[in-house]
Amino acid sequence: MARDAVLQVAGLQTHFFTFGGTRVVRAVDGIDFTLRAGETLGLVGESGSGKTTTCLSIVGLLPRAARIVGGRVVFEGEDLTRKSQRELRRIRGRRIAVILQDPMASLNPLFTIYRQVAEPAFFHQHLRGRPLRERVQGLLRAVRIPSPEWRMREYPHQMSGGMRQRIVGAIALSGGPRLVIADEPTTNLDVTIQAQYLDLLKDIQRETGVALIFVTHNLGIVAKMCDRVAVMYAGKIVEQAPVRELFDSPKHPYTRALLGSMPRLGSKEPLYSIRGQPPNLANLPAGCAFHPRCPDVMPRCMTEEPRDVRPGDGSVARCWLLDDVLTRS
Amino acid sequence: MATIPADSRFPSRRATSGALRAIVKLTREAPLAPVAILGGLILVALLADLLAPYDPTLPVKDAPIFSPPFWMDGGSLGTPLGTDFQGRDILSRLIYGARVSLIVGLMGTLVAGGIGTALGILSGYVGGWVDQIIMRVTDAWLALPAIVFAIFLAAMVGPSMWNIIVILGLVYWTRYARVIRGEVLSLRERDFVKLAEIAGASKLRVIRKHILPNVLNTATVLASLTVGVVIIAEASLSFLGVGVPPPQPAWGLMLSEARPTLMAGQWWLTVFPGVCILLIVLATQLFGDWLRVRLDPQTRNL
Amino acid sequence: MSSPVLEVRALKKHFPVRRRLLGGPATWVKAVDGVDLAIGAGETLGLIGESGCGKTTTSKLILRQETPTSGTISFGSRDIASLEGRDLMAYRRAVQVVFQDPFSSLSPRMRVRDIVAEPLEIHTDLSPAAIDERVGHVLELVGLAPDVAPLFPHEFSGGQRQRIAIARALATDTRLIVLDEPVSALDVSVRAQIINQLEELQKKLGVSYLFIGHDLATVAHISHRIAVMYLGKIVESAASETLCTRPMHPYTQALFAAALPSHPDDRGQTTPITGEIPSALSLPSGCRFHPRCPSAMPVCSQVEPTLRRRDGGGEVACHLYE
Repeated sequence: MARDAVLQVAGLQTHFFTFGGTRVVRAVDGIDFTLRAGETLGLVGESGSGKTTTCLSIVGLLPRAARIVGGRVVFEGEDLTRKSQRELRRIRGRRIAVILQDPMASLNPLFTIYRQVAEPAFFHQHLRGRPLRERVQGLLRAVRIPSPEWRMREYPHQMSGGMRQRIVGAIALSGGPRLVIADEPTTNLDVTIQAQYLDLLKDIQRETGVALIFVTHNLGIVAKMCDRVAVMYAGKIVEQAPVRELFDSPKHPYTRALLGSMPRLGSKEPLYSIRGQPPNLANLPAGCAFHPRCPDVMPRCMTEEPRDVRPGDGSVARCWLLDDVLTRS
Repeated sequence: MATIPADSRFPSRRATSGALRAIVKLTREAPLAPVAILGGLILVALLADLLAPYDPTLPVKDAPIFSPPFWMDGGSLGTPLGTDFQGRDILSRLIYGARVSLIVGLMGTLVAGGIGTALGILSGYVGGWVDQIIMRVTDAWLALPAIVFAIFLAAMVGPSMWNIIVILGLVYWTRYARVIRGEVLSLRERDFVKLAEIAGASKLRVIRKHILPNVLNTATVLASLTVGVVIIAEASLSFLGVGVPPPQPAWGLMLSEARPTLMAGQWWLTVFPGVCILLIVLATQLFGDWLRVRLDPQTRNL
Repeated sequence: MSSPVLEVRALKKHFPVRRRLLGGPATWVKAVDGVDLAIGAGETLGLIGESGCGKTTTSKLILRQETPTSGTISFGSRDIASLEGRDLMAYRRAVQVVFQDPFSSLSPRMRVRDIVAEPLEIHTDLSPAAIDERVGHVLELVGLAPDVAPLFPHEFSGGQRQRIAIARALATDTRLIVLDEPVSALDVSVRAQIINQLEELQKKLGVSYLFIGHDLATVAHISHRIAVMYLGKIVESAASETLCTRPMHPYTQALFAAALPSHPDDRGQTTPITGEIPSALSLPSGCRFHPRCPSAMPVCSQVEPTLRRRDGGGEVACHLYE
């Protein structure tokens, strides 16, 4: 295990078994990444890429039909895939926290803010009474909720979307986690609220040294928040690199396509559009899963799956074109 | 860099009717028991003239009255399920009775469904005071006890199969109206309905092309669940003597006629019709339940 | 512009809230509170703003799903509120909409052919064969093969469904399409396809767009001019390039600052805007933006600024520039 790595995922495979086991969907098909304390990893992908399933696999919240069938998830030295649900429950909320996209889905409309933010600290750290109240107020202040002493007596429906998402953040931090997984937390937020929220996350990370996995399909968020990026496609990581390297010299055609399709403020250049649609995981093409949409496709791509290639600037990518270029040089 | 890729990777499809394909798919996955029972009963009803050994309204020649089923003492194979107080063959009466139950059950459900769906759509889509009036009428109607109301109507217009069908339709439309109205209320807010309105479609067009096809699923499920209720209602009416008039055989009527003999020991006169009613209602309920589960998640996916 | 396709003047829409027992309502939500717009032929006007700014209500007013409290919306120099019968049908024929959610825009039980043909069936007397031909033609225009016509919506992906929705919007000789966040619900790799398609269609057919969105970069890309809305009013409007290079209103500047960077090196500053978006029920006095404005002056809380010409073309409503 790498020095001060908080999380190390190796060869993770999660499959969905549907229709009585007759259909197997390889939602996550062999991914590796490492995350250190204080680092933010961006997990980028579109629908069907496997990014959400990866997160659910890490915390053991997979739906009934899904199972981890291979690989390891090592969190602070322990392999989470080998743990029982009971053990995972003790870790979830305390050492690993999850923030989801829709704050109303994470908040119980019947309980006060106080009760919900206090819950992790109550269960995991056994705080009670005054210390608990102070902790809750401190957390609400940390997520910049004004007048926390009153706000905590209110209910979720009395708050705006941005505030709710911040409260979800407070709940996530309440147990004192070492790892926070945020799955598209700003998709439903207005632009200026999103900006404030992301700044907040960055500040909290700086102060607490928590490791952050940020799942998104938006490369703009990646540019703003992440230290390293893993781009997923059809259940595999097709490119992984430090953020600057990813933006300056993307290695995989999919990454290049994603970058090219982002409209840039002030530019009217036609957008690069990738042909075709995101893949159907139940029916993946042979060879490289991206080949039907790839502008640089070669015959080899249609039959053989590419392997990981390391060009030497800290990035890893899976592409035959890259492979050829590197073996030649 | 490519700019505008065309997006047509579709194989050419035969323009098979989507509805036909759906029905075929449905039949292949249908549950065996209910379908077998229903299918069997429908066949029996259709082929009654061929299957029934005797005329159900006339006594069997040379057969004793109250003859028991063939496996008991005194029974004969000629009248395998026995004879009634007039010497009529029970089996033949059951077979012809299937016709009555099925026809009244299905047609009554259709009438109820037709009225209820129409009112439900009107109420849900047009809204306003039309909605208020229809809903108040529905509430009032629901307050009436169904069977009593049916008896009242039957007594007023006199018994006949078609009268009964219409009466039962009039009694049972309310459950449709309510449920369909709910569906329509939520459909009304869906984008595709709003788009049709913005495009200038008349209310009638929207109902015909957008609302109706999307409530048919629910209406069908409701129908399959209502058939059982209507059949029991018909049996009850016949039992009370205000249903399909004698001598035409109806299972409820057979039960009624056999009432005096229950204590006397001629159990076959009540058990067989009773079992038939049980079977048909069970079959329709099970089928309706399966249909509901089968159709609902699918519509949610669409 | 020569003669705008659509012109909006002093448009207001106030919704009543909490009626008193006797008399009129106690409070009003001023969803749209004095908006002027103009869209020329073959051009795209982008409408940007956050929750509660009134852009959705404005589009509903333009589509005649709501009636204005006051003000006029003119199409071809006629106030649409006064249109009836044939004239109203002519308006509906010329102005269509594409909504955000591709999964609920298409009637699940209708075939693609019928969905796209609907405007034609409503507005024209064409024979079924002629309609089929037109449907095929329009499907090709949006990049779909004509032989997808007999299929049902659930067989298509989100991006393809939006294409079908666009095809339907173009079926008749449409002059203006209101696009309400048409790509927000689509996968990133598909968004560019649709944006490019829309731009190409505009060049080819000369149709105008009202593009409502929240992603600055996308709106700036497709629009010729942009209007920024805040709490029911337009605070700034200008040509797309002008607005992007020199945003003048502090809210516009905040939107730009809050916009996500396109490269890690641009992460830079923290957002110069604080606080929540206020509710339209309790509007701040004077300039509606003043409580959150980093450059607020005393006059801002007293007097509401009006739209005036700004440098480089366009208009801005801000005391800083008076």
